[in-house]
Amino acid sequence: MSLIENVPRIRKVRLPRADGLVQWMVPLAIIVVWQAACVTGFVSSRVLPAPSDVALAGWKLLLSGELARNIWVSFWRASVGFVIGGGIGFAFGLANGLSQLSNRLTDTTLQMVRNIPHLALIPLVILWFGIDESAKLFLVALGVFFPIYLNTLHGVRTVDPQLIEMGRIYGMTDGELFRRVIFPGALPSIFVGLRFALGIMWLTLIVAETIAASSGLGYMAMQAREFMQIDVVVLSILIYALLGKLADSASRALERLTLSWHPAFQKN
Amino acid sequence: MQEALRFLQPDAELVDPADIIEQSRLTRRGSESFGRGLPLTIRGLRKSFGDNQVLRGIDLHIPAGQFVAIVGRSGCGKSTLLRLIAGLETIDAGSIGFGAETRPQDVRVMFQEPRLLPWARVLSNVEVGLGRDRASSDAQDRAKKALAEVGLEDKRGQWPAVLSGGQKQRVALARALVSDPRVLAFDEPLGALDALTRISMQRLLERVWRDQGFTAILVTHDVAEAVALADRVLVIEDGRIAHDVKVDIPRPRRRGSADLAALEGSILRDLLRSGDEPSDL
Repeated sequence: MSLIENVPRIRKVRLPRADGLVQWMVPLAIIVVWQAACVTGFVSSRVLPAPSDVALAGWKLLLSGELARNIWVSFWRASVGFVIGGGIGFAFGLANGLSQLSNRLTDTTLQMVRNIPHLALIPLVILWFGIDESAKLFLVALGVFFPIYLNTLHGVRTVDPQLIEMGRIYGMTDGELFRRVIFPGALPSIFVGLRFALGIMWLTLIVAETIAASSGLGYMAMQAREFMQIDVVVLSILIYALLGKLADSASRALERLTLSWHPAFQKN
Repeated sequence: MQEALRFLQPDAELVDPADIIEQSRLTRRGSESFGRGLPLTIRGLRKSFGDNQVLRGIDLHIPAGQFVAIVGRSGCGKSTLLRLIAGLETIDAGSIGFGAETRPQDVRVMFQEPRLLPWARVLSNVEVGLGRDRASSDAQDRAKKALAEVGLEDKRGQWPAVLSGGQKQRVALARALVSDPRVLAFDEPLGALDALTRISMQRLLERVWRDQGFTAILVTHDVAEAVALADRVLVIEDGRIAHDVKVDIPRPRRRGSADLAALEGSILRDLLRSGDEPSDL
């Protein structure tokens, strides 16, 4: 019942709850200031519509079903492109990390391709695929490929050789060595690649949709610009921010789940 | 300070009666061949890395169950000898033989670093030591037994990251023991531990060696550790065995006793005489 007994308990309870709220305080404050600036006429509604107007525009689009349809289309493109590009990047990362031959054969080529800004391929991609789905999937897959490839490769290469030697001494087969030593050892680095890739995924998709699409969030924003619907443009931008945060949170949750052994993810 | 010093050498004053019984049992067994260890015969062993000749002809016979310590200056080839015995390097010339029927899990190594898988709980880390027997139904029970042997059964569900250095090294020992090895090679296993943990680990090593009767080969730079634990101390200089010293001191050995200190002193003198440069012992 003494003070000393109470101190650690209070700390334990307060920290996580505050954590959840603290991160939303800054965005919330920005919205409040923004609303105030618009209501007082400090900012013209033709430059920046008030958050309430943006919310209203969102509500209208939601009712018409247009918002959900566009979000769904973008989400589908992002995830399919991500799975394709990430999968290929992961496979090359493993192959080049584990096999010298594969590395010598493909790494130079991949490094050359990596240095081409993938968005510079948009004109070529439009010529190849037109503006249908495959163009967007191709660009997203290409953008996502490199962060996953590089970080998987790096992760596999930097697995502690002493642990690999230990695994061999204890009679692990190549498959076991991969499953029990190399893959778990490379995982923290793979997650770094995953989070980079998620950012590039959104960027690529929105740019591609803005330039060459007939549906999706980027298209919605471009259409709104045509009709001077600045509230819809701002709405699209806010949705990007939310979706990006969502993807990041998802990858962090996955990280916490699979890296619970890692000192950085251990509580107390 | 005085308290701490006394704690460092507790058995200078204290002898457990059970140890005396144990001691007589050991003396009766004699030094040639006991327990389930494998004998080890090395003939004309050579190894070089590039132009650097590390081992220049080692001839050695270790009877089954003997505890041999290998000491020498750093770079003398003692760790290479151990890695060759463990099959971690290829032999340039000569041979290493272990009796007749040797299974791969008969020779195990413990390194200076514990080399635990950070992403596996303590118990699964010990199960790694079972090698191909990992899939058997009693794998978990055997791993639990090995953990109990090193006194860590209550840590079996922990991540290695939360263990202390000494505890990690004990888990590594359990992993080496779980397959009932017949030769256990130690590559400075206590080098990274603090003085107190070192002493309790030395006792633990001696106890499991006595219980299980494997042939033990300990590479160390600590001559005091070598004479406290081993039946025989080999001094390696320039890739050859320069001295082969029998440690005829009955167990349990009292740390800091006059005969241990005298032996330690004479081995140290041998080591120091061999080079003009200041020794890094």
